[in-house]
Amino acid sequence: MAEARGLSGNGVALRGPYISMITNHTTNLLIRGGMLFVVGVFLALVLNLLQVQRNVTLFPPDVISSVFSSAWWVPPCCGTASALIGLLYPCIDRHLGEPHKLKREWSSVMRCVAVFVGINHASAKVDFANNVQLSLTLAALSVGLWWTFDRSRSGFGMGVAVALLATLATQLLVYNGVFQYTSPDFLYIRSWLPCIFFAGVITMGNIGRQLALYECKFVQEKIHQD
Amino acid sequence: MTVRERLRQNISAAFYRHGLLCASYPVPIILFTSASILTCCYPLLKLPLPGTGPVEFTTGVRDYSVPSHGTQGDLGERPDWYRGPPVAYIQQVLVKAAVSPWDSSLVPVDVFRSPLGRVFSLLEEIRDHVYTDRSLESLCLQVTDLLPGLRRMQSLLPEHGCLLVSPGNYWQNRRDMFDSDPDILKTVHQHEPKGLHTSATLKDLLFGVPGKSTGVSLYSKKRVVTYTITIALSSYDARFVASLRARLKQLHPSTNCSLREDHMVHVHFKEEIGIAELIPLVTTYIILFAYIYFSTRKIDMVKSKWGLALAAVVTVLSSLLMSVGLCSLFGLTPTLNGGEIFPYLVVVIGLENVLVLTKSVVSTPVDLEVKLRIAQGLSSESWSIMKNMATELVIILIGYFTLVPAIQEFCLFAVVGLVSDFFLQMFFFTTVLSIDIRRMELADLNRRLPAEAGMPPPKPGPLRPREAPPPSRPSPHTITLQAPAFRNLRLPKRLRVVYFLARTRLAQRIIMVGTVIWIGILVYTDPAGLRTYLAAQVSEQSPLGEAGLPPHLGVAPVFPGGDPTSTLNVLPAPEPTPLPENQSQGHGEARSGPAPLTSPQITWGSEDEEVWRRLSFRYWPSLFSYYNITLAKRYISILPVIPVTLHLSPQEAIETRHPQDTQHAPRTSAKTTELQADLTLYKVAALGLFAGVLLVLLLFCLYRVLCPRNYGQNGVQHGRRRRGDLPCDEYGYSPPVSEISPLLLRGHSMDIECLANDGMLLASCCLAGQIRVWDAQTGDCLTVIPNNGYELGFGDYSLLGPEARNASTPIMDNEHPLRRRTTPVRPALFGDQPDLTPLIDTNFGEVPPSQMMPGCGFDFGELVERAYKEHEASPPLPFPPSPPAARQRRRSLGDQSVAPPEQVLLAPWDWDSSVWSMELRGNLIAAGRSSGKLELWDAVEGSLRCCNEDGSSGITALAFLNNRIVAARLNGSLDFFTVDIHKPLGLLQYRGPPGRASLPPSPCYSSEDVISCQLTRSVQCAHQKPITVLRAAAGRVVTGSQDHTVRVYRLEDSCCLFTLQGHAGGITAIYIDQTMVLASGGQDGAICLWDVLTGSRVSHVYGHRGDVTSLVCTTSCVLSSGLDDLICIWDRSTGIKLYSIQQEVGCGASLGVISESLLVTGGQGCVSFWDLNYGDLLQTVYLGQSGEGQPVRQLLVLDNAAIVCDFGSELSLVYVPSVLEKLD
Repeated sequence: MAEARGLSGNGVALRGPYISMITNHTTNLLIRGGMLFVVGVFLALVLNLLQVQRNVTLFPPDVISSVFSSAWWVPPCCGTASALIGLLYPCIDRHLGEPHKLKREWSSVMRCVAVFVGINHASAKVDFANNVQLSLTLAALSVGLWWTFDRSRSGFGMGVAVALLATLATQLLVYNGVFQYTSPDFLYIRSWLPCIFFAGVITMGNIGRQLALYECKFVQEKIHQD
Repeated sequence: MTVRERLRQNISAAFYRHGLLCASYPVPIILFTSASILTCCYPLLKLPLPGTGPVEFTTGVRDYSVPSHGTQGDLGERPDWYRGPPVAYIQQVLVKAAVSPWDSSLVPVDVFRSPLGRVFSLLEEIRDHVYTDRSLESLCLQVTDLLPGLRRMQSLLPEHGCLLVSPGNYWQNRRDMFDSDPDILKTVHQHEPKGLHTSATLKDLLFGVPGKSTGVSLYSKKRVVTYTITIALSSYDARFVASLRARLKQLHPSTNCSLREDHMVHVHFKEEIGIAELIPLVTTYIILFAYIYFSTRKIDMVKSKWGLALAAVVTVLSSLLMSVGLCSLFGLTPTLNGGEIFPYLVVVIGLENVLVLTKSVVSTPVDLEVKLRIAQGLSSESWSIMKNMATELVIILIGYFTLVPAIQEFCLFAVVGLVSDFFLQMFFFTTVLSIDIRRMELADLNRRLPAEAGMPPPKPGPLRPREAPPPSRPSPHTITLQAPAFRNLRLPKRLRVVYFLARTRLAQRIIMVGTVIWIGILVYTDPAGLRTYLAAQVSEQSPLGEAGLPPHLGVAPVFPGGDPTSTLNVLPAPEPTPLPENQSQGHGEARSGPAPLTSPQITWGSEDEEVWRRLSFRYWPSLFSYYNITLAKRYISILPVIPVTLHLSPQEAIETRHPQDTQHAPRTSAKTTELQADLTLYKVAALGLFAGVLLVLLLFCLYRVLCPRNYGQNGVQHGRRRRGDLPCDEYGYSPPVSEISPLLLRGHSMDIECLANDGMLLASCCLAGQIRVWDAQTGDCLTVIPNNGYELGFGDYSLLGPEARNASTPIMDNEHPLRRRTTPVRPALFGDQPDLTPLIDTNFGEVPPSQMMPGCGFDFGELVERAYKEHEASPPLPFPPSPPAARQRRRSLGDQSVAPPEQVLLAPWDWDSSVWSMELRGNLIAAGRSSGKLELWDAVEGSLRCCNEDGSSGITALAFLNNRIVAARLNGSLDFFTVDIHKPLGLLQYRGPPGRASLPPSPCYSSEDVISCQLTRSVQCAHQKPITVLRAAAGRVVTGSQDHTVRVYRLEDSCCLFTLQGHAGGITAIYIDQTMVLASGGQDGAICLWDVLTGSRVSHVYGHRGDVTSLVCTTSCVLSSGLDDLICIWDRSTGIKLYSIQQEVGCGASLGVISESLLVTGGQGCVSFWDLNYGDLLQTVYLGQSGEGQPVRQLLVLDNAAIVCDFGSELSLVYVPSVLEKLD
């Protein structure tokens, strides 16, 4: 538990005041949001690097030379989105009353993240014959990701909805000329973008659920102690 | 559905059988698996080592043709990358120019100004060369813009035209700029980067030779200027190149040059990974490690968590290696970047199955056999494993049909990896798991012993004699042994190997050596790296290398550079006459002080053949990268170099002088050059010294890190106690450092016969029949239960014969036992012992009970008994070979078994015969008397609570478990009693601190309770012969008899479960504990380990000459002591003798195990503590003042880690404080 938190870069130790802080609902929400934000920013940076290396996206040239190889607003956006999604998933689970049962452990979450990065990697580095093939492959991979690590209807619905919304947003952004894709094949963007969004939503949801699990545990422990 | 069910059953059955197989033959299976892993990984040896150095391939020039793209026509050693045309053909013109003869009127700038000036005419020549309407312009590699970041180099590198690089680029290839340049050196050096640089600098680029060997320097020793003109050709026209070569050679002949011209070298460059590309890679690896970490963290309930985690990782990694090996065996060479896809492969293959297997096996019932556990665990998870595997295979199959080459390749690898992973899981990991479970089972058995009682604070035990303190005795002292002499002899080889490994850190060192070797291989395979650099350095330093060897031998000069004078001593220089031009054989240049005017000599050596080798291997990639041409995964072809020799006359040099040259550079004398050579030497020396000091410091640090042992005095002890790095020590035991003082319990007047304890209380019974109850923690005597009968007998004291009076007098006087032993009666009794017993018995039999005085009859019987006991108690004195107590006792009991049953008649009056056995539970003392009576005493109040006189034969052994008492009698029968408590108030108190709540309850019988003891069952003929040992634990009663058998009874219903046969002699020792470990030792010296659940014999070893006198088992070993005074320590699982300890004569039977790693044995008046893992003697504690003390006969380990040993009439409590610390 402590390791998990240490890994997420938050360093919350298992000490008395901390436990009380964690069990406090708002604080816990903030902590989880922060962690998800950090994870989102990190993944956005790394995956953007992959895309930029292959000249998939083009940002204004003077930014490329910097370490953060994308525009400044991309990582925060991704972070915020991932925090939102990661917090929303456990909420939906709770409201729908069907708690997520499948493979609730960190190793599974790590596997999910690795597959997600792999999907990105494939989209950036593997040379496909045409875009349709690429998009279909990635779509199959994304659905496979959902089947392997999630299998909940709410997760799927949420993933599809967010993917559609995000694609629409990207279309609007590109339409307004904020940035552009080198070879758009789906209106202004690449056709595999929804798949990536979908996989990302599933991944972040997984992380968020796993983090929420700790809150439940702590609350239970607290009740137990009382 | 039915098909599915049947399939499921079949799979499950197959897995079950497989699990049995794996657990039954672990070693052969692991060997087989390792062999198959190695076999499958064998093709990996052919794969190139990872490294980014360029690879070369040499072909002949004459029959060169551009290699085709296809794979057909595979020409043996032709490498994979040698396909298609190269990026460029490189033609280099190597120019060596010198002003000769050298004139004293020349200034140092003249060394390079005019030779450099000739580059422009050469360039012109090359540019204008035309061969059958082909000019250089049509053949050369046309380049466009430089990269935007290189604007400052725009004036120096060619743009929009041929890629033709020469020193002339410094002056934009214009002679007039060169002529008007006042300071050539400044022009050359202004583009050099400051500080360290690893890749090619501009000077390297333009000159084409390493900066030092250009000769463009004021202090040049050789006065020969070397540079290259590098031409990049886009297509190869053999005739054009040949004509250019012929033309240049004709214009500038170099007669003494015999460079080979028939080979062209193709250099293939690998992809270089930049930092930016590394970040995603590193991220995936971090995710991978997190995955592995979180996965292996879940492994639980096993003996060695880390071992299993390692096995899991090894399984996955070796399955990956196997898949790569197999794929390359079948001709599928991996084109993917292995490092990139590796994490994904691991994630796809996953550690899940391994974890599922572990969890399933661990969750099987613990009391099953290991084999069955493995089999059950496997078969219960078989369906899910197969299902997952099928799903993964289907997913990968779908991936294969995406028809994208990269994904197809990945899928192929993943399929082979999955299959091999499955194979390894089934064979390798299952077997490792079975070994681990077996280890844990053995460890677990003893760990489930009742937990230690609430620990009292360790006492600095001063001597506290409770009763009749003899003022003459000072407090007993303790002697700590320094280094036992026989300590190092006893370590088994196996352990020694482990210690050796741990001590020398062999594994770490092997890894270090491996790394060094790997680096060495990398350097060796890297053709343009260190090796050539070193060669260049050496050849430059050595004057011999330049001239002393005929160049056509092709031997690289390897003479170490040194100071020139010493070289001169070896090879005297020829007289410094100016040499004519075009001299065929070169000579060493004598540049020493007396001959400053030597003419420069141009020589051609084999090192000039491939000048580019001496440059950084990034030379070509950086040159091409300026024009945004990447050489990664491509190759260039380097044509044989064209040598050009230029000899300029001094006049020419003077003519081309710039006006500033003369005042710019002062004349340099030969002294400066020598000084510089010396300086270099000093620099090297200083550097060497510095490196040496650093090396010594590093070695010192390494030494301190690796061997932090104190080799000085007390070194042995320190070394032994520093066992944090020894793998065997899992229990954190540290040997007692503090002084241990024994606590003496005195009060008994005669030798102590029986001892019983229940952790808190300690009951002892002496031969006089007196029972004393002690507080086991403080040593206070709580209760004294006098032998009532004795006092009765005392009244009739005068009726007895003189022998009896003699015998009893010293007892009453409370004298020292030793003195008592010297009474003259005993030897007489011992002397005719076999005759005496029947005599006395006969006497009793003849006397009618009704007429006999009860006291008299009792006294006599007791006397006989006492005689026997005394005889046991002091064996060493009359018999030098000293058969220890246990054996003697059995013998005597055996003799007595023939005693006529007339004693039955005596029973009603015999209510105070001697106590033969005693047990203590709660505060009830169960005492079995020789008369066959079972008494229950209240330990606190000293009152008799209950008495059962159902049996007639003497009770030789008692077991008191829960509310049942089992009594073994002399005639071989076994009686089961039940203790009933009728509570008037329904109060059941529990004694002891609340921390003991987890212990099995030892109810405290309050004084109001009415306790009754009823015989529930009597097994009349439990054994044919007297029962010698009785032990009870875990609901089982185990008896050992002289009829060579061991019987196991169930406590609840007194049902005989097993009769264990296997000994060839009477049973003398039995050990059973909570975890149902059963060990038995017999008169034949054999030790058997039994499985109590199945009644099968686990192992059977012969360890002692003579009887086995006592047996103790720990988690990992079995300890046995025998009549031969040897304590043997056996490995429990394998039955191999680890080591043995020679005991003092007569003390063989006393041993006890305090904790997993601490053994205590008794000696002559002392107890010794041993480290069980290593067989080291840790400490010897003397119990009395004088060293002559009596042998310790009994040794009892209490729950609070104290020891009671009776020696003579005294008890001694020894606390082991460090054990208490450990248990905290």
